[in-house]
Amino acid sequence: MPATRRKHVVVVGNGMVGQRFVETLRQRDTGGRFSITVVGEEPRRAYDRVALSSYFDGVSAAELDLVAAGTYDSPHATLHLDESVAAIDRAASTVTTSRGRTLDYDVLVLATGSYPFVPPVPGRDLDGCFVYRTLDDLDAIRAAAAAAAEHTRGRRAGLVVGGGLLGLEAARALRLLGMSPHVVELAPRLMPLQVDEPGGAVLRRLIERLGVTVHTATSVAAVEPSGGRLLATLANGTELDLDVVVFSAGIRPRDQLARECGLAVGPRGGVAVDARCRTTDESIYAIGECAVVDGHVYGLVAPGYDMASVVAEQLLGRDATFTGADLSTKLKLLGVDVASFGDALAATAGALEVRVENAVENTYAKIVVSDDASTLLGGILVGDASRYAALRPLVGRRLPADPVAMIAPTGGVDLDAGALPREAQICSCNDVSKGAILDSIVEHGLTDVAGIKACTRAGTTCGSCVALLKPLLAEAGVEVGTGLCEHFDVTRAELFEIARSQRIGTFTELVQRHGRGRGCDTCKPAVASILASLGHGYVLDGEQAALQDTNDHFLANLQKNGTYSVVPRVPGGEITPEKLIVIGEVARDFGLYVKITGGQRVDLFGARVEQLPLIWRRLVDAGMESGHAYGKAMRTVKSCVGSTWCRYGVQDSAGLAIDLELRYRGIRGPHKIKAGVSGCARECAEAQGKDIGVIATDAGWNLYVGGNGGARPRHADLFLTSVDTRTLVRAIDRFIMFYVRTADRLQRTSTWVESLSADGQDGLAYLRGVLVDDSLGICAELDAAMESHVAHYSDEWADTLADPERLRRFVSFVNAPEVPDPSIQWAPERGQIKPLIAGPTLEVVS
Amino acid sequence: MRTVEAVEAAKAMETDVWDSVCGSRDLPVERGVAALLGDVQVAIFRTYDGALFAVGNQDPFTGAFVLSRGIVGSRGETPTVASPLHKQVFDLRTGRCLDSDGVVIPTYPVRERDGYVEVHVGTEAGRASR
Ligand code: SRM
Ligand SMILES: Cc1cc2nc3c(=O)[nH]c(=O)nc-3n(C[C@H](O)[C@H](O)[C@H](O)COP(=O)(O)OP(=O)(O)OC[C@H]3O[C@@H](n4cnc5c(N)ncnc54)[C@H](O)[C@@H]3O)c2cc1C
Ligand code: SF4
Ligand code: FES
Repeated sequence: MPATRRKHVVVVGNGMVGQRFVETLRQRDTGGRFSITVVGEEPRRAYDRVALSSYFDGVSAAELDLVAAGTYDSPHATLHLDESVAAIDRAASTVTTSRGRTLDYDVLVLATGSYPFVPPVPGRDLDGCFVYRTLDDLDAIRAAAAAAAEHTRGRRAGLVVGGGLLGLEAARALRLLGMSPHVVELAPRLMPLQVDEPGGAVLRRLIERLGVTVHTATSVAAVEPSGGRLLATLANGTELDLDVVVFSAGIRPRDQLARECGLAVGPRGGVAVDARCRTTDESIYAIGECAVVDGHVYGLVAPGYDMASVVAEQLLGRDATFTGADLSTKLKLLGVDVASFGDALAATAGALEVRVENAVENTYAKIVVSDDASTLLGGILVGDASRYAALRPLVGRRLPADPVAMIAPTGGVDLDAGALPREAQICSCNDVSKGAILDSIVEHGLTDVAGIKACTRAGTTCGSCVALLKPLLAEAGVEVGTGLCEHFDVTRAELFEIARSQRIGTFTELVQRHGRGRGCDTCKPAVASILASLGHGYVLDGEQAALQDTNDHFLANLQKNGTYSVVPRVPGGEITPEKLIVIGEVARDFGLYVKITGGQRVDLFGARVEQLPLIWRRLVDAGMESGHAYGKAMRTVKSCVGSTWCRYGVQDSAGLAIDLELRYRGIRGPHKIKAGVSGCARECAEAQGKDIGVIATDAGWNLYVGGNGGARPRHADLFLTSVDTRTLVRAIDRFIMFYVRTADRLQRTSTWVESLSADGQDGLAYLRGVLVDDSLGICAELDAAMESHVAHYSDEWADTLADPERLRRFVSFVNAPEVPDPSIQWAPERGQIKPLIAGPTLEVVS
Repeated sequence: MRTVEAVEAAKAMETDVWDSVCGSRDLPVERGVAALLGDVQVAIFRTYDGALFAVGNQDPFTGAFVLSRGIVGSRGETPTVASPLHKQVFDLRTGRCLDSDGVVIPTYPVRERDGYVEVHVGTEAGRASR
C-alpha cells in the first residue's frame, strides 16, 4: 500500500490514443501512484481504426480489438463504455457524463479524436448518407448496401465525397460491397496532400482500373431523393444515380468539451496544447487527433502515440516533449501502392526532385533531395511502393547511393536495413529505432519477426515496416536463412534431396536427423508431400497420416463451419449423363449444396466427416474417383470441346485433356498443378493461364509452361512449338517431375519458372536445356519417376473404402460415432443450404 | 504451468468425475480426436512422447468446432496444435494462443487408465465454449 492516496486520472475517449495512454501509464506506473477511469462514447472498447477497412475483408470486430490483455482487470483501472463526458467543471475538478455520473479528477486527459467533416451540401442528412470513421458507421453502410441490393435492379452505385486517403479506402469498401464507386475530389488530383501532379495522374489510372470512377476538380452541389434512390448533382453538371453517399472530406478535432469549459482552442479548432501536451489548465492534457500542437492537428496515429507517452512521462515526474511527427503514409488500397514520406511535395527551399515515371507499368517514383543532392528529404511512390520501407528511414540522412539508382525500376541499388544507422527509425507508427530493435533481439534472444513485434511493438500498426524486421534479425547475428520453419534449416528442395538420397521414409527420422523439435503446420505437410512423391503408397497410413493438413487427412476440403466439400474428378470436364445423375442424387440425398466450379467440375458442400465415406461409396460405385481438390496435387486439365465438335478446332483437345488428366492424377507437389488444352488458337480452355498449357496447331501442339490465375496472374511461356503428342507428353512428364523435386513449399510453377531466371540466366532456356537436352543428365530419372507414378496410381477414396481400419477416422466424435456435430447448422438460401456460423468467441485473459 | 496442471488435476481428483472417451488405441500419436461430453466438445491429443492433452474443440477465431483436426507440433519447447482453419497456434498445455495475445481456449484434465483415455470436464463444464 502506498502511503499517499492514488491520484485519479480521468481519460475522455477510448480510441486508439486514449487506450495507448492508459496502457503506457499502467506499464510505467510501477509505484502504483495512479488510478484511471476511462469514459468512452462508442459501445465497444478501443479498436484498430487504422485497419478499419479490413472489416470489409472479413476481419471481425473482435480481431480489431486493441486493448492489451489485463488492462482493466485491476481495481485501479475502470472503463465505462457507451457513455460520454458531457461537461467539465474545472473549478470543482469534476466531469459529468451522459449517464449522470460525476467523476472527480486530479488529472484529466482529453483523447476525443475527431469527427468527419461533412460539407454543407443540401441533402447531406438524407437516408443513405454516411461518414466513415467508426465500426458503427461501417455496419450502417453495409446494411444500406444490403438493403439497396433488395430493391435496386442492376448495378448499385455509391459516391465518396473526398479523394484523400480515407476517401479512397471508402471507395474500395463500396466496391467490396458490390457497388460501382464514384469519387469526387475538389482538388485537380487524388490524394492532393500526399501526391504531386504526375503521381496523381498515375494514381488516377490505377484507381480507375479498379472500377472506381474519378471526378476531380469538382464537388457535390446537391443530393436529393429520387425514386427510392439518391440523385447527386456535381458542380460540373454531372448527375449520378446512387444508393449511398459517403462523406470523407477531412476531419475536425472534437474540441467542444474544451471550448465549453473555457480552455484555449486553435484558430482552426483543436484543443490548444504546448509541447508537453498541456492545455491552458495545467491539470488537463489533450492528446491524439483532438489536440493542436504548434498549430498542427495530426490526423495519424503515430504522433498520437507519441503524445500518449509524453503525458505518461509527465505524470510520472519525468520531462518529455512532443517534437512534431513524421507524416509519412502508405495507402493500403488493395492492389494500388501509394506512399508519401518526408517532404514529399518538395517544400524545402532549394530542394531538388528526381523522378522516374513508367507509363507502361503505371508506376511513378520521386525522391526529393537537398540542394546539394546529398541528403534525402522525402519522396512519393505510386504503383509500386516496395521501396518505401527502406527509403523512409533514410529521410534526413546522407544518400547511400546515386539518387536515380535508388528508385530505378530495375537493376536499382538494393536498399536494406543494413545501410541504416542505429538511430534510424524503423517503425514510424510506434517510434522504434533500428538500435532499439537490435538491442531487444540480443537482450531477449529473439529469433523471429513475431518476437520482435511482441517485444518492441514495431510492425504492429500499419505493417509497412515488417519487411525490414527480418534483415535486422540477420544483422543481429540470428540465423534466419531460407529454412522451411523453426524445425528445418533447409529448403523444401534440399529436404527432398536429403530424403531421396538417404532413403528416409518418415518424418520422425527426418526431423531427428536433420531438424529439431516436433514439426508444425508448415513443415509437416511439406514433408508429407515429399514422402508422397518419393513413395507411391497410400498417403494416410502410419505416421504419414499425422503430417497431413485436415484436407488430406479426410480427403475432402474443410469449409468454414467444419464441414467438408466433395469434388469427384471429371477428366477434361467431360461427363456422362449417368454420372451427372448420380452426383445429383447424392447431393439431394445428403442435403449438400451444389456448385459448378471454375475447374469444369461439380463441388458438393456441407458434408460432415461421418458422411464422407457414405457419399464416396455411392460415387465410387458409379465409377467416379477422387478429384484431389483437397491436395497440393494435380487438379484439373481444363479443355474445350475441340475438333470433334467445334467448327474451328484443329486437334482433339478434349481427348488429349482427358489423357493428360488420367496420366497425372494423384501427383502431389509443392503446390497445386493445373493444366489446360485448347483446340485452336482461340484458346477457349484458357490454357495460357495454367501451369501447363497446350494449344493445338495445324501441325501438332504448342506447349506453354508457368501460367497462373489467382492473385498474381501470369501468362504461361511458350516452351515447345508444334510438337507431336509423344514429344509433348514426355516434356510435360519431365516438367512436372522437375518442379516436384526442386520448387519451394507453396511455390506454383509460375514463380518457380521465374526463379530460374536469376543472375542474368534465361530461365526458359535453362529449363529447355534440362528437360529437352538433358543438360543435367537427370532426364532418365525424371522419366522413370513419372512412369512409376503412372503405373502405381490408384484412387485413394476407393482404397480408403476398402479398408475398415482406414475408415475409423471418419467420425465427428470418438466417443459417439453416430452423433452428428450439433454445432453444424444450416439456413436456406436460393433453394439450397448455407452454413450458419457461430462466429468468433475470443476469450481474453490476463 | 506445472502448478496450473497440478491444481486442475487436484480439483479433478476431488470431484472425481472422469469421462471415459475412447480406447487408448483410438488416440493416435500427434493426431487429435474430438469427444462430445454433455454439450461440451473436447479435442484430445497424444504427443510423440506419449503425453496427453485435452482442450476445447472450438476454434475461437471462427467459432467452428475443428481444433481436434489441427496439426500437432512444437514451438520451441511448447507442444502445440494449429487451427486447421486459419493456422493460429495454441499451447496444448495452457490453451493460450501463441499468435494472438490474450486469446485462450479451455483446457481439461486428461489421463489414461486401464487402456482407456479419460477426460475430466465435470466442474469445468461451466466455462465450456458453447
Ligand atoms: C471450388 C473452386 C471455386 C469455384 O466454386 O469454382 C475453388 C475453391 C477454392 N480455391 Fe481456387 N477454386 C477453384 C478454382 C480456381 C481457379 C480456376 C481454375 O482452376 O481454372 C483458380 C485460378 C487458376 C490458378 O490456380 O492459377 C483458383 C485459384 C486459387 C488460389 C490462387 C492460387 C495462386 O497461385 O495464386 C487459391 C489459394 C491457394 O491455393 O493458395 C485457391 C484456393 C481455393 C480454396 C482451396 C481455398 C481454401 O483453402 O479453402 C477453395 C476451396 C475449395 C473447396 O473447399 O472445395 N484457389 N481457384 C474452384 C475449384 C476448381 C476445381 O474444380 O478444382
Ligand atoms: C478509415 C480510417 C483509416 C485510417 N488509416 C490510418 C493510417 O493508415 N495510418 C494512420 O496513422 N492513421 C490512420 N487513420 C487515423 C487514425 O485512426 C487516427 O489518427 C487515430 O484513431 C486517432 O486516435 P484518437 O484516440 O486521437 O482518436 P479516435 O481513435 O477517434 O478515438 C477517440 C474516441 O473518443 C471518443 N469520444 C469523443 N468524444 C467523447 C466524449 N465526450 N466522451 C467520451 N468519449 C468521447 C470517440 O467516440 C472515439 O471513440 C485512419 C482513420 C480512419 C477512420
Ligand atoms: S478453342 Fe478452338 S476448338 Fe476449342 S472451342 Fe474454342 S474455337 Fe473451338
Ligand atoms: S511503420 Fe507502421 S507498423 Fe511499423
